[in-house]
Amino acid sequence: METISSIKPLGAVLVSLIAAMLILLTGDRHRNLREAWTLLAAVIKFSLVFSLAGPILEGRSVETTLLTLVPGLKLQLRVDAFGLVFGLLASGLWVLTSIYSVGYMRSLQEHAQTRYFFCFALALSATMGIAFSANLLTLYIFYEILTLSTWPLVAHKETPEALAAGRKYLVYTLTSSTLILFSAAAIFVQTGTLDFTPGGFLAGRVAEGMLPLFFALLLFGFGVKAAIMPIHEWLPSAMIAPTPVSALLHAVAVVKAGVFGCLRVILYVFGPALLTQKGLWFPFALLVSFTILAAGMIALGQDNLKRRLAFSTINSLSIIILGALLLSKSGITGGILHLANHGYLKITLFFCAGAIYVKTRKELVSQLNGIGRRMPFTMGAFALGAMGLAGVPPLNGFISKWYLCLGALEAHEIIFLVVFLLSALLDVAFFFPIVYNAFFKAAKEEPFRCDEAPLTMVIPLTATALFSLVLGVYPDALMKFFSITNQAVRAILGGG
Amino acid sequence: MNAPQIPAAILIILIPLMSSYAIPLLGWRWRGAGYYLALSAIGASLVCSLILLYTVLTVGTIHYHLGGWLPPWGIEYVIDPLNGFVGVVVCCLSFLVTVSSRASVEKELPDKKVRFYTIYLLLFTGLMGITVTGDVFNLYVFLEIASLAAYALIAIGEDGAPLAAFNYIIMGTIGACFYLLGVGYLYIMTGSLNIADLAKLLPALYPSKVVLVALAFFLIGTAIKMGLFPLHVWLPDAYTFAPSAVSSFIAPLMTKVMAYILIRVMITVFEPSYSLKAVPVGTILTWLAAAAILVGSILAIAQSDFKRMLAYSSVSQIGYIVLGVGLANATGLVGSLLHILNHGFMKACLFSVAAALMLKTGGRNIYQLPGMHRRMPFTMAALAIAALSMVGVPPTCGFFSKWYLILGAIEAGQWIFVGVILLSSLLTAVYFMRVIEIIFFRPAPSGGHATGEGVRDEIPLSMSVPLWILAAGILLLGLFSEKIVSGILRLALPAGY
Repeated sequence: METISSIKPLGAVLVSLIAAMLILLTGDRHRNLREAWTLLAAVIKFSLVFSLAGPILEGRSVETTLLTLVPGLKLQLRVDAFGLVFGLLASGLWVLTSIYSVGYMRSLQEHAQTRYFFCFALALSATMGIAFSANLLTLYIFYEILTLSTWPLVAHKETPEALAAGRKYLVYTLTSSTLILFSAAAIFVQTGTLDFTPGGFLAGRVAEGMLPLFFALLLFGFGVKAAIMPIHEWLPSAMIAPTPVSALLHAVAVVKAGVFGCLRVILYVFGPALLTQKGLWFPFALLVSFTILAAGMIALGQDNLKRRLAFSTINSLSIIILGALLLSKSGITGGILHLANHGYLKITLFFCAGAIYVKTRKELVSQLNGIGRRMPFTMGAFALGAMGLAGVPPLNGFISKWYLCLGALEAHEIIFLVVFLLSALLDVAFFFPIVYNAFFKAAKEEPFRCDEAPLTMVIPLTATALFSLVLGVYPDALMKFFSITNQAVRAILGGG
Repeated sequence: MNAPQIPAAILIILIPLMSSYAIPLLGWRWRGAGYYLALSAIGASLVCSLILLYTVLTVGTIHYHLGGWLPPWGIEYVIDPLNGFVGVVVCCLSFLVTVSSRASVEKELPDKKVRFYTIYLLLFTGLMGITVTGDVFNLYVFLEIASLAAYALIAIGEDGAPLAAFNYIIMGTIGACFYLLGVGYLYIMTGSLNIADLAKLLPALYPSKVVLVALAFFLIGTAIKMGLFPLHVWLPDAYTFAPSAVSSFIAPLMTKVMAYILIRVMITVFEPSYSLKAVPVGTILTWLAAAAILVGSILAIAQSDFKRMLAYSSVSQIGYIVLGVGLANATGLVGSLLHILNHGFMKACLFSVAAALMLKTGGRNIYQLPGMHRRMPFTMAALAIAALSMVGVPPTCGFFSKWYLILGAIEAGQWIFVGVILLSSLLTAVYFMRVIEIIFFRPAPSGGHATGEGVRDEIPLSMSVPLWILAAGILLLGLFSEKIVSGILRLALPAGY
């Protein structure tokens, strides 16, 4: 594969770092200028990432080498198809989340807004770094920065509950990072490299007995952020963060970074060939299947809306990992597509939850009767998002779920097909009552009126909902997710 | 290839020594003279140390014969990549810490300034002498100079300081005595005190029990002076109760120079194949180090006094350095040497923050710090960077020394020490993240942050500029650690590694 050397990957990472510094310097005194830095950085970042799509679709990769970190390993960014999917997802959604954040924070007159926007920008810098990392050590570095930059966001409210949630978050994520570091160091000593290679690079270079150990350690290491059970507990607790944080970070950036890491390990470190040969994938496929079903069932019992959405996220993340673990062409395609699609769908749902909270201060599902008549756009978007997650056409969720089911069939594992179908049923079970109650269960006959949250919040949520619809009809719309995903799968399976 | 007699090798000691005599003289007329004279002397030594390192790397090992007397009868100063590196680290950190000392000395010891800087420079002289000398007994002389100066400086602190200094005197003197006994035994067996000469003469004598006992005495002596578990008991009190400027100076430097003595003895005086492998000293060192790492971290978690917490943290970090030595492979030793540099910067930064807090709040209790980031944002930011580095978050420097140590442990097949290093990172995270949470995320007691800005009350520039150079150094040293490793540290390794 031809590699182009370019400053763009580095630019994409640095632009929000620079914005973070500017935000800190601007402070609370010039709020509009401070918000302008965030929006400007988001737009520039998205444009840079978007412009990388061209070379990627032509089959090349774009690289920036920064410096040598330790003898034998460089701090290196390489944009390949899979990284580009994540990069496009995160950068695109940051633009919308920034607009939403401004509306949310100002409506609630939240404290410590400078710290909030500073940490947010840093977190996005780290997310870009994760998406574009060329080797496991670079990924680890940005992974740690992501953990630390999101910690103040989890603890934002500064109540004892929020501080405790922050501490729990740190314990879970720092411990998991330890597992990743151990595996990376051990693999490096044995193979002399940590570069991500489509189809994996471990085959034949690592002692046979160590392979299951490394696989387990790396998957559990990344699995904390990917909220695999039983190490998922930090995510529901982290819902105490402000909703834009939950939306972008804990539905998109942080948890997707965990899933991204898992997929990198499965597809670019071990590779489908090696995993099939050793049969390592099956125990983990069972574990994530358990997560899918258990999270779905727990979601049924959650009255707090954000907690319900959190368990739905846990459910969806494990679906993505299961798709990749099936190691079949459609399975991997479905997994990567769902990484992107779920991002848009889930963020819509979280945006709606935030809008409802800002307007009515309601947090519980049981309080939402009839709210669809007050806030039709919000609940309409919620309905679209819920349909998408359940896999109802013509939304984008259907496309990825279709590929996932095909993947299960291609891998000749009916049991996982059943898991996917059951999970879709569970999605219907815990989302549709919300939609139904919102529109059809009014306390008294209320006329439809438009008493929505501020426009800065409603526009993003409508945009993500509608885009999900567009992606369902034309999966290559705007960002060419589908073509790029196919490019990635070709490389993985072609090389492996 | 050897370098000619360059004067920098002797000036590096002579200038601070002579300046320390000049301070009382000048200080009689002008009380502020001490600070400026100390600063210029240490600055001159810094320049000398850079010249020395540069010469070593480009030309070769420097041999300076004191008074023109040839070794092994005369005293010789030998600078090779190892002590050239340590010399630069010591001088650089000393300079930065000295710059920031003015404000805290003014506040804590206003009427003792002249005496303070006199003894301060003598301490620096002692440390530099230990670093550059090539003679084991000369090393003892400088060791005692440094130690006595340190005892005096610690004793002039607040309540509890004289007792802490007394404990340190007793234990430190015992340690120095063990070292001297080691020197004596080697002298009896070989008739020489010159390090290079001993290295040539000793291999023939390795079967001798006397030499073995000498090795043991060296070990115990340096272990006491370094504060290696379980001989660390003097350390927490000494670091906690000493005046701020003193703990900022001693904490990053003194134990590192003592670790340098250990390394020098283990790999130059004795050959590593004897000292670390034939006699199972390597194993002993690694297990003691592992205990130090864990015990230090666990005890640090129990502290609410900021400086005491940092002191136990230092006990833990010395464990890392000794672990790298004990692993007896190249990667491990590189990790140790890199950690001497990294930990120096980190602890200097942290103790400087402690000095800043003492200056502005007069206290050391971490639970009194909520909301401090509004009063002293830059200082607290530096604290955050240093704390993250201690935990080992890349790309700060702390991560890289841990990386080499982990790799060294894996290469040596000692998986349990990998676990120890990783576990201690998590334990370190507990007490440092707790401090960060208290400062940044807990509301300040007086009304919290209803207004966007608190009362900004930052430390004076003489303290904040060095602090920021240290914090920036932590980041830069991390990013460029590979250059340091390949350019300097690889050359400092002994033959056979």
